[in-house]
Amino acid sequence: MKSLLPLVIVLALATAYGIWHKLREGHFKVRKAKAEVLDAKVLGAPLGSRVTLVQFSSAFCTPCRTTRALLSQMTADMDDVAHLHIDAEANLDLVNRLNILSTPTTLILDKSGTEVGRAVGAPKRDEVLAAIASVK
Amino acid sequence: MSQQLKTPTLIDVRGPRFSATLTVIVLAIALATQNVWVLAFQAVVFAIGAIRGPQFTPYAFIFKRIVKPRLRGEVVTEDSRPPQFAQSVGFGFALVGLLGAAIGSVPVFSIAVGFALAAAFLNSVFNYCLGCEMYLLVLRIRTRS
Repeated sequence: MKSLLPLVIVLALATAYGIWHKLREGHFKVRKAKAEVLDAKVLGAPLGSRVTLVQFSSAFCTPCRTTRALLSQMTADMDDVAHLHIDAEANLDLVNRLNILSTPTTLILDKSGTEVGRAVGAPKRDEVLAAIASVK
Repeated sequence: MSQQLKTPTLIDVRGPRFSATLTVIVLAIALATQNVWVLAFQAVVFAIGAIRGPQFTPYAFIFKRIVKPRLRGEVVTEDSRPPQFAQSVGFGFALVGLLGAAIGSVPVFSIAVGFALAAAFLNSVFNYCLGCEMYLLVLRIRTRS
């Protein structure tokens, strides 16, 4: 045994990061930066009449699958809400423009296509409902 | 990409998490004892997981033979590609660590092992998805350069 100090440091930092990551995961946050406006041409599918959820996914991402299933199931009977699914890897220009750093990332757009918030990580059902309800 | 054309292989989600726990133990020993052979062993395990798949490592074998028969409950499956990606990231860190040992640099060895250990620990304890966080960043950096 040489020293336990490096081990203790690594485990402490990893624990702190893990807790921080878990706490922020999946919450819809209002963007402070200048909001992007997206349209059907950029997204490849028509916007919802009131709200559009735009989910970015990638291949090596297990929570993307559960998020996709949750959002499509939730929005299936909402006439004024659309759920669009975008493969991040095939749309890197859009990913760069929107500054998407990890998957799943779900943007919430109002009827004009303006981003009003985004959730990084798998969102919870209640939060999705609240976010959809908050869009005028 | 070709990965998306292949039909995904589904594996028990508990397998990679069990493997991550063993990886934490092995890398913790490597870091605390500064033992290059322990890291070399883990590098071979990572290589198998990265090239053949996470379901073919010795840790997965222990899971299948000893742990899984004792577990109850519904089996939830996942695509094998996300944990395979994580194994290749681990393999990258292990290679840097071995390189550090080869040139006699304790800091390079310790930092590389530290990153691999942190990733395995996050996966094991927090069910952290390395592919979710890193894959897109790697792609973005690659297209920029």
